[in-house]
Amino acid sequence: MTTLQDVSLDTEGFMVDPNAWNPEIAEALAEEEGLAPLNERHWAVIDFVRKDWGETGESPTLRRITKQSGVNTKELYALFPKGPAKKVARVAGLGKPKGCI
Amino acid sequence: MKRLLILGGGTAGTMVANRLVKELESDDWKITVVDESDTHIYQPGLLFIPFGTYDKKDVIKPRRRFLPTDSELILAQIDHIEPDSNRVWLKDGRSLAYDYLIITTGSRIVPEETPGLAEDEWRRSIHDFYTLEGALALRDKLRDWEGGRLLMHVTEMPIKCPVAPLEFLFLADWYFHEAGIRDRVDLTLVTPLPGAFTKPKASEMLGALLEEKDIHVEPEFNVERVDPDDKQIISYDERTIDYDLLVTVPVNMGSEMIERSGMGDELMFVPTEKHTLKAQHHDNIFVLGDATNLPSSKAGSVAHFQVDGFIENFLRAIRQQALLPSFDGHANCYIESGFGKGLLIDFNYDVEPLPGRFPLPGFGPFALLQESRANHWGKLMFRWMYWHLLLRGKELPIPAELSMAGKWN
Ligand SMILES: Cc1cc2nc3c(=O)[nH]c(=O)nc-3n(C[C@H](O)[C@H](O)[C@H](O)COP(=O)(O)OP(=O)(O)OC[C@H]3O[C@@H](n4cnc5c(N)ncnc54)[C@H](O)[C@@H]3O)c2cc1C
Repeated sequence: MTTLQDVSLDTEGFMVDPNAWNPEIAEALAEEEGLAPLNERHWAVIDFVRKDWGETGESPTLRRITKQSGVNTKELYALFPKGPAKKVARVAGLGKPKGCI
Repeated sequence: MKRLLILGGGTAGTMVANRLVKELESDDWKITVVDESDTHIYQPGLLFIPFGTYDKKDVIKPRRRFLPTDSELILAQIDHIEPDSNRVWLKDGRSLAYDYLIITTGSRIVPEETPGLAEDEWRRSIHDFYTLEGALALRDKLRDWEGGRLLMHVTEMPIKCPVAPLEFLFLADWYFHEAGIRDRVDLTLVTPLPGAFTKPKASEMLGALLEEKDIHVEPEFNVERVDPDDKQIISYDERTIDYDLLVTVPVNMGSEMIERSGMGDELMFVPTEKHTLKAQHHDNIFVLGDATNLPSSKAGSVAHFQVDGFIENFLRAIRQQALLPSFDGHANCYIESGFGKGLLIDFNYDVEPLPGRFPLPGFGPFALLQESRANHWGKLMFRWMYWHLLLRGKELPIPAELSMAGKWN
């Protein structure tokens, strides 16, 4: 069982180094968010977000997630209640999503 | 003879045509602009139409008049770009070959993206002011509206001119005061953002101004659908808000022609290099103005700052030289705050709006993030600057790269 003790988080709880992420850390962060245990649908989202981040260097917007991961917006809100944008990014080990300006 | 093709003759397309016509030899280059209509709308003026400050005639002029005489204007709908063969197809079946392409097709509202919005109540109890027809319909509505709950609703970010919804509320507060019914009107901002604006400092100050004017904020509201019969908006996490009058900024997207070309992201904006404005996957295509996917604001002032640095880069591109990272995300907006006052905010990719004074030689100083009468005049003067200086590619008394002079850190 991984604890978050060795993981450096910023003041808002987002991982400082996305490359240090692994699935156990995701489970531990999900626990803190009250989402554990993560199921297959959570992982469909997290895997997509990680892959997209690897390709583009940005955490994807909700619209991008719902268009490309096979999980629609309604389900996304059910999986990551109240503020899926932040929760998905946090559990996937990415920085806080930047709002557009 | 080489051909430069500019798709879209709005704010950015017109500016860039006027600037490049001076730089490129007319014996070597032919500049062609394509737009679907000959009416150029001064979009910042749309904000003032619902309140009767401006009328239709104040915001439209013939597009052709602002384009250089040595350029060609084709009035037609663009169907798609075929980047691999350097060709653009028009809806009428014609095609145009190019050597270099500049995409300036802007962004538009798409109310159909939200269930319940663009149905029977559209332009009856549900309104927009991002289109000329919408702004005029809302003016007629406000004329004999007797009060109730007005929601100023933002569907999804990004939207063009992200401060316009706040300005709408400030002006509405003033308008209903003048009409003597402010006590019968509840004004509420409903936004997917955590606060009044995207950047923390500005959000805080603008939030305080909203509170002072008794305007409520419902943050982090991501709308799923509108129930036009029960007059409710419903979020994905099942919050509901009632309204009597819904003023909404629907989802903003790029032109459908971008999607038909297979060149867009999920909002039909074109992936663009952040500092050079080159299309990510094509060396002879550039993207300016609202059509990019960049995290800079979608605003006319931003398009202006982009064009400033772009001209040099375009000349470098045609000489096969490396591009310079000339665009820093600079944005600069006057915010109408009602009762004849306004604020000015100035920021870029990295520097968030800070309080201070903006040093505008010959005009200012305008107060940043503080209300003043000069800022209100700045906004009204902007219409004159838009037609006479900005579009014609003349120097504006503002430097392109964000200057820290005058900001209080
Ligand atoms: C209510 C409101 C208030 C605003 N206030 C401000 C403000 O105070 N300050 C500020 O700086 N900015 C403001 N803006 C934003 C500003 O107007 C835009 O950012 C700016 O006009 C963008 O320029 P553009 O050239 O990218 O797009 P546009 O000026 O919109 O031009 C796009 C052009 O492309 C054409 N086009 C698109 N698709 C096709 C096609 N398939 N075929 C043919 N032609 C096509 C269109 O006809 C249009 O002429 C405001 C906008 C709105 C709506």
